[in-house]
Amino acid sequence: MSEILRVENLTQQFRLDKSLLDKLHWEKGRITLRERVVKAVNGISFHVERGEAFGLVGESGCGKSTTARTIIGLNRPTSGDILFDGKSTAAMDKGERFALHKQMQMIFQDPYASLNPRMTVMDIVTEPILFHKLAGSRQEAEQRAYALLERVGIRPELASRFPHQFSGGQRQRIGIARALAVNPQFIVADEPVSALDVSIQAQILNLLMDLKEERSLSYLFIAHDLSVVRHLCSRLAVMYLGRIVEMGSREQIFEHPSHPYTQLLLAAAPKLTGSSIAGYEIPEKEMPTVLDLPKGCAFCNRCRYASPQCETELPALREVELGHVSACHLCGKK
Amino acid sequence: MSKILEVENLATYFHTFKGVVKSVDRISFSMEEGEVLGVVGESGGGKSVTGFSIIRLIDPPGEITADYVLFDGENLMEKSEKEMNQIRGDKITMIFQDPMTSLNPVYTIERQIAEVLKLHQPGITKAQCRARGIELLKEVGIPNAEERIKCYPHQFSGGMRQRVVIAIALAGSPKLIIADEPTTALDVTIQAQVLQLMKRLVSEKGCALMLITHDLAVVSEITDRVNVMYCGHIVESAPTRELIEKPLHPYTRGLLASIPGSGAVREDERLEVIPGMVPNMFDLPKGCKFAPRCAACMEVCREREPETITVSPGRQVACHLCGKGEEDA
Repeated sequence: MSEILRVENLTQQFRLDKSLLDKLHWEKGRITLRERVVKAVNGISFHVERGEAFGLVGESGCGKSTTARTIIGLNRPTSGDILFDGKSTAAMDKGERFALHKQMQMIFQDPYASLNPRMTVMDIVTEPILFHKLAGSRQEAEQRAYALLERVGIRPELASRFPHQFSGGQRQRIGIARALAVNPQFIVADEPVSALDVSIQAQILNLLMDLKEERSLSYLFIAHDLSVVRHLCSRLAVMYLGRIVEMGSREQIFEHPSHPYTQLLLAAAPKLTGSSIAGYEIPEKEMPTVLDLPKGCAFCNRCRYASPQCETELPALREVELGHVSACHLCGKK
Repeated sequence: MSKILEVENLATYFHTFKGVVKSVDRISFSMEEGEVLGVVGESGGGKSVTGFSIIRLIDPPGEITADYVLFDGENLMEKSEKEMNQIRGDKITMIFQDPMTSLNPVYTIERQIAEVLKLHQPGITKAQCRARGIELLKEVGIPNAEERIKCYPHQFSGGMRQRVVIAIALAGSPKLIIADEPTTALDVTIQAQVLQLMKRLVSEKGCALMLITHDLAVVSEITDRVNVMYCGHIVESAPTRELIEKPLHPYTRGLLASIPGSGAVREDERLEVIPGMVPNMFDLPKGCKFAPRCAACMEVCREREPETITVSPGRQVACHLCGKGEEDA
């Protein structure tokens, strides 16, 4: 297997204070220059194999969606590089970028917000085909759109309708058809099923799995629901406050989670056995903010194994076993 | 234990220009004092409307009818609007899904808690309001309550905001709390905190909790009993563990099977799905509402609506399959 995507040391920061005046603060009797910067993603590296579904999990604010948006090109990375098919995207010119967008598409979380309410379903699906000049005529584009809609389970006679006439699950199917319209190899799916009902969620997950096999797609699958990721992804990374804290295969992460945060996530997820919430001590504290990241391990204020070393020293990702890395000072010591 | 809530033949119909939507269609259930009841189902199942109908928060064109809704021995259907206002927010309180929209962004937390206190305890002083507010915030686990009470909702994180909403729900003297998807907007670790908190508070105060959610896993964590709703009907009602371990209605079975990792399917395999989707509420099937999606659908299912039968004490199901030798299966 070869790599389709490699992310190297990706950092994404957003400056909140754009003008100089915002940066000036009155502190201890004098004016100081201080800028507020949201450190959304702080130096993450991972790769996605061809034909693989790679999961990125974490709670809100951990930077998983920012990572997705940066990979797809909606944000320019602050530093670091994204290599698609071995080629660095940072060095690409406009034409190469345009070609890249045919290879990489995104499925968004909210099927209500991600479809233009004033376009018909047909227009929504044909737009990328026409924009990338993948069809000679409008008729040809429409033929392709009908086939795509049929494939994702939208009856062709509904193609002239508008998004508001569809249910959430159907809209997500339309979003999938739009992403597939340019025959991409790589799909970034940002929480594609979290807005859907369970029975519909299962239908969409099955559809995504079918399409992956049919079209030999690779997925970067972003979700907060561990059971969904466990079902779909063969490898995954757990993010916390802009850093990858643990990465490995599905079996490694779910069966021997090594980072205390992964352990907490797995324990806190409600289960049908009804046994997790009552039995586990959930730390009362919440995440620090991305405006003011702690110097050491970002998780140490909620970690039950925290030691003084954790507060001052940032743990690096270390190999626990082959292909399984974890960023915790205690790894191997527990 | 005595019943805190008894609902008989509750129906909420919305009379729209396109036709009548039977959001809740003649349902009956009851809740014991101190019981945690889960109401699960997919969107459009009528779970939220059930909650709103009990406290009569349905606006025209919605219309609520019921033989009776007995709360603490009193029939809520016969109450005037003024009397209902005395009950809402005091004896029956609600916790909504989105803590950002259920709190007023331009008022401090103190003012929003005080509002409830003043409404239900006329003559309470400002100092008493503040003291009680701080006490409530401490109860729901908000650190530094004395300072935080002066803050505005946007200064709280999602989990903390939901704690504030719970504090407001506890400000009266609730005997029944209706929580409509209280943790859906929260992260898993925060969700676990809030669920733990709700479970603790409910058992401490001895009030009953109706937890409306789409998440069967959440239900199995904290509820005692579950009503499964589909298209305005309660299709199955059972003690939580029995329902999860031995679901009777095909819809409940389908719901459980479609949860990834529920044990039925291995990773990378296709999930079992309930085919199709929830029918259009304007055009419901004639017989069993689930018949078009049901794998075990029979002739009779399309013709006649199944009656709710009691399979064992505390366990009801509305399906033609059950009661016909299905128990030994």
